Amino acid sequence: MTTVLHRPPTAPEPLARRASAANPRRARGGRRRGPGVGVVLALAFLVFLGVAAAWPSLLQTHDPLEITPDLLAPPSAEHWLGTDENGRDTYSRIVGGAREAVLLGFGAVTLSLVGGSLLGVLAGLGNRLVETVVMRFVDIGLAFPEMLLALVVIAVSGRGARNALIAIGIAGIPTFARLVRAQTLTIRRSSYVESARGLGLTERAVVLRHVLPNAVRPVLVLATIGVGTASVAGAGLSFIGLGEAPPAPSWGVMLSTARNFLANSLWGALFPGLAITLLVVSVTVVGRRLQRGTGAAR
Amino acid sequence: MSELAAGRRARSALTTARSSAARPLGRTAARVLGAVGVLWGAATITYAAVYLTPGDPAYAVLGGPDANPTPEALAAVREQYGLDRPWWVQYLAFLGGAVTGDFGESYQRRLPVTTVIAEQAGATVQLAVAAGALAVVLAVVWALLTANRRRAVRGTASVVDLTLASLPGFWLGILLLSVFSYRLGWLPAIGNEGLASLVLPTLTLALPLAAVLAQVVRNVAEETFEQPFVISARARGLSDTAVRLVHVLRHSLISLTTMAGYLVAGLLGGAVITETLYSRQGLGRTLLSAVSTKDMPLVVGLVVLSAAVYVLVNLVVDLLYPLIDPRLGRQA
Repeated sequence: MTTVLHRPPTAPEPLARRASAANPRRARGGRRRGPGVGVVLALAFLVFLGVAAAWPSLLQTHDPLEITPDLLAPPSAEHWLGTDENGRDTYSRIVGGAREAVLLGFGAVTLSLVGGSLLGVLAGLGNRLVETVVMRFVDIGLAFPEMLLALVVIAVSGRGARNALIAIGIAGIPTFARLVRAQTLTIRRSSYVESARGLGLTERAVVLRHVLPNAVRPVLVLATIGVGTASVAGAGLSFIGLGEAPPAPSWGVMLSTARNFLANSLWGALFPGLAITLLVVSVTVVGRRLQRGTGAAR
Repeated sequence: MSELAAGRRARSALTTARSSAARPLGRTAARVLGAVGVLWGAATITYAAVYLTPGDPAYAVLGGPDANPTPEALAAVREQYGLDRPWWVQYLAFLGGAVTGDFGESYQRRLPVTTVIAEQAGATVQLAVAAGALAVVLAVVWALLTANRRRAVRGTASVVDLTLASLPGFWLGILLLSVFSYRLGWLPAIGNEGLASLVLPTLTLALPLAAVLAQVVRNVAEETFEQPFVISARARGLSDTAVRLVHVLRHSLISLTTMAGYLVAGLLGGAVITETLYSRQGLGRTLLSAVSTKDMPLVVGLVVLSAAVYVLVNLVVDLLYPLIDPRLGRQA
């Protein structure tokens, strides 16, 4: 889960920036025209998932819970992606599991982003005492590898899909808080914030209209990429039995049951994992594109 | 307190605009103190979260919410585990114990937490060291082979990186299992017996981590190619291969130290899923079962131990980095 940003937390940045500015090839690579095939495919897959999450019955060919005698079947015209150990249609179950994956990814990242932004802005703008207290908590949060922090939350709150979402969301808060604080510190001293103050705007208006949006926007782009890793984390929790419970169609649960039937058939395990992987790849491709487009953070 | 604050501030000097003018020795002491403070906070928060959970721990000892113990049994358990004492006495006892490495007794195993950890640690350390080493070697080799090459090579490499980095470890593991255990029958599917049983878990854990590391190493390597010392090495007539092996390799290894914390976090978190997938013994699977059965002393012990390892690694990297790359020492 630490892969949220796919970047080292303490990269030697000044060196890196100087060097890449002097590298003409990289600069040219950064200015591409049009969205490219990869981005279009990624968006198409994300739209498919969005529809599957909102109206699963629109895309399903079978009832995802319907048990048939056709056990562990390979892909066929009747069952596009085969069937599982109870003869349930794998394709329809993957479509059914999209809601959990999408809700979990977006829900958890939203929670991290909102919590992290509140703490980050508070630390960036507050007086020394507030900053010290908030950042000490953030430091302590960062002392846990994210997966373990999520497990602690589940140990306390119990298992289940909703608790898994909350656990992953909380685990991401410290990272976002640190990023937003760094942004806030820069913006607080920027000329446009000073001009806004000079024009006589109240402190509240300055914070709400200028500091908050500008501190959060670059982090928002990084959050897109975080959606993918959050869904993987959620699927991982379901896989080890702490998230969504069977028989609900959930990618993690499907993989964990399919693992027991590997000796007979790979099909049940192949496609749910492929769906997760495609989700992560798509989100990352789109996120990186956004990052380049806006020239965003870090 | 102010010393602690100064320590944390110095610690983040690399990432924030603030700089500390403290002398190197004072800064080291402050950072160590800061790490100790963070660890204390982490232990306290874990303890508080776990023990403020609704539900009487005495029930967890006696077999979970479905058990129907007698009031006498409950009272006996409360007394045995000190659950009848005021919360602050329990907390102080916990802290005192934690400092001396005593985290109480596991509710399920009825053994000291440290004994359970000691018994399980070997398997996890084995797996983590193997996977960490493999991830680093793969990342460096792959990144140095592909850095600063033709556009097509770099494009392919980055697609491979992205795909591998996006693979959920548990799915990768299932695919490996399916091919190497069930189809080919080369390697065992479960257990801890022998080196053969270590191969698949190691690959499962290492490959996605290697892909993320490779992305970073390649970026650094490509920037290194523009550095004056590389240009001067080229001017001296060194071949491309020699430049890669001597100068770029060394520079990339340095950049990799900043990723040590990321790597350790990935290994610790990944161990939970990997050990479960392969039914291996180890700390990860022990933690999962402790979480499932609400075996709180074991959860707290394992989580505090992991946080300690993670904080320690980050501290060492923090302290070593300016020594390895003197330019950063001067900047901070």
